[in-house]
Amino acid sequence: MPLVAISSPLESNEEVPAPLDRHSLAFGAHSLVRWESALVLFFIFDLFYGGFTAPDFFSQNTIFFAGINFGLIAIMALPEMLIITTGEIDLSVAAMLGLSCASFGYLFEHHVEVFLAMILTLGVGAVGGALNGFLVTRVGLPSIAVTIGTLTMFRGLAEVILGTNEVTGFGGPWTDVGTNTIPGTPFAWAFGIFVVLALIYGVVLHFTSTGRSIFAIGLQEEAAFFSGIRVKRIKFNLYLISGIVCAFVGLLYTYETNTARYDAGTGLELNVVAIVLFGGISIFGGRGSLLGVVLSVIAVGIFDQILSIKNVSSQEQSIVFGILLLASVVLPNSARGYRALRKRFGPGSYTSAGVPESTV
Amino acid sequence: MSVTEEVITSEPVKTHRVAETLSRARELAIVAVILVIFAITTIKSPGFAHLTSIQQVMTNASLFTLLAVGETMVIVTRNVDLSVGSTLGISAFLVGDYFTHNAHASIVIAFLIGIGVGAFCGAAIGLIVTVTKVPSLVVSLAALYIIRGILNIIGLGIQIEPTAIPLSFQKIGFETFAGIPWIFIIPALVALGVGFSMRSFRSMRELYAIGSNPGAAQLAGVPVARRVFTAFVVSGSLAGLGGVLFLSEFATVNATAGSGYELLVVASCVIGGVAIFGGSGTVIGAALGAILLQIINQSLVVINVSPFWDSALAGALILVTVSFDRLLSNRATLALRLKGSAARGN
Repeated sequence: MPLVAISSPLESNEEVPAPLDRHSLAFGAHSLVRWESALVLFFIFDLFYGGFTAPDFFSQNTIFFAGINFGLIAIMALPEMLIITTGEIDLSVAAMLGLSCASFGYLFEHHVEVFLAMILTLGVGAVGGALNGFLVTRVGLPSIAVTIGTLTMFRGLAEVILGTNEVTGFGGPWTDVGTNTIPGTPFAWAFGIFVVLALIYGVVLHFTSTGRSIFAIGLQEEAAFFSGIRVKRIKFNLYLISGIVCAFVGLLYTYETNTARYDAGTGLELNVVAIVLFGGISIFGGRGSLLGVVLSVIAVGIFDQILSIKNVSSQEQSIVFGILLLASVVLPNSARGYRALRKRFGPGSYTSAGVPESTV
Repeated sequence: MSVTEEVITSEPVKTHRVAETLSRARELAIVAVILVIFAITTIKSPGFAHLTSIQQVMTNASLFTLLAVGETMVIVTRNVDLSVGSTLGISAFLVGDYFTHNAHASIVIAFLIGIGVGAFCGAAIGLIVTVTKVPSLVVSLAALYIIRGILNIIGLGIQIEPTAIPLSFQKIGFETFAGIPWIFIIPALVALGVGFSMRSFRSMRELYAIGSNPGAAQLAGVPVARRVFTAFVVSGSLAGLGGVLFLSEFATVNATAGSGYELLVVASCVIGGVAIFGGSGTVIGAALGAILLQIINQSLVVINVSPFWDSALAGALILVTVSFDRLLSNRATLALRLKGSAARGN
């Protein structure tokens, strides 16, 4: 038994992803018919829909509140995207947010210097991420089971640390980061941070060998391993980074709400996963682009904001989101199935028979 | 020649026996842990050995036991159903709505409505999963949002009040039969029934075959799509039944009923030894896993440890059991391989 998880555990049918459009993973798109194009259309639809139906849609408030309300999920979606691309999953992101929030609240309450408290909180994130990474890579456990376990545990530790207490009154210069715009722009800090992180992630994922390795691991872990990619180390690092980023989001959350509670961000993990999948990232791993996630975050974030302006409750918004998520996987899949059928039975199937499909 | 024949005929039996022993050992281990927790709690606080607190554990565990049974059927086929919490919620709400609007409501019809709603949700998910071949994690995640969204729209601001629920129906939630709460008897019977059929019926054994290797199962003539579809329908129906029991237990329901249950249900299965990769695990194990999670919760309250530790311990328990499973299965694989090579060497 050389390697444990060869494929993602939750796929229903052993559908081996055909080796197509691998080469268009970078930004140079081969065809316009990609999921990202659909997301751009969705974004344009947002603008029309919002412009015509929501009062004061084209204002700085919209941009600011979309950033505030959606920024945290957006930031957590970035490390999640990389982990899903390797064929694993991290369900503990929101619980880590809660644990970080609780730890920071505890330290603040005990008069630890704010900056030191922040560093320590990020350290908590690193330890939590490392625990996930260790269990997944070194012990070789299925990541979904591990992170459901750490989800429960992180949230539980947050509860142990803070109980039902609520720490408030943080104040200080950091409050601006949580609640104000970046000076001179209409953007919330959370959105700015998301953009910077997205740029870094995008460059790493699409323009470095590490990024290519991440795709390779997701496509064929064993092959990646035998071609010299340090599969375990890369996965471990991804979990480590995910822990740190989520702890950082916990700090942002604390300053945004000016409260630290153990149940901060409860249930957000599924939102994060959903937003990544809506960005066209395959749950099997190995497919997708960071651009997709960015577009998905922006399109859905603004859509969310329109519905909020129109006083649609966030609970009701979930139905729209669910339908979008379903469409995002069913439509491309059906298109693929249709193309496969045409290739088999359609015109020209005789001439191409037997000729191996070369680089697309 | 005769040796080889013997090996060929006996090996599958042996494999089967090893698997059987393993799963039985697993169930016994959980029972042992439950008993140990029970004993420790009783020593610390003698009042715990009282019938009422055991009944309390049973009542608390009933919904998760029921959901874990359905979830096991799905996970065994290498799928997952994240929609159970939402399905439970919408079923509970619709049944409550039925009672509110019908003065002479029948309990039997209430059960049928609940199970029917659940079966419909499960069938929808199963259909999408099997027809489009989209991973069930994504489909059921989308279903989680859609079903909850529908529930929010029809149930916006509505709270089903206990006064609308007939007393005879509420009795399911608190009356006992031979000391066992009715609300626990129903899931226990379901678990025994499904557990027996997954052990003995060919069609249900095929679920394991699908989970072990979907491609091979298809080639071997197993109707994969039909079986997976069935698993989702059963899981949905049980979540619907869970909704009915939820209503009888709490007698009040709003649009948030059952939210957040899904990951706890998967956790119960994992603790109960159901492999998340599919292909192994028993319903009884998963049910015991659900009970174990609840008894921890209960005993912390009794022995005066802050109940805040509940989730932290549960999380640690999940990690320990999964690691332990990995260790056991590694040893079993090794043992089987050694046995096989030894036999071949002769």
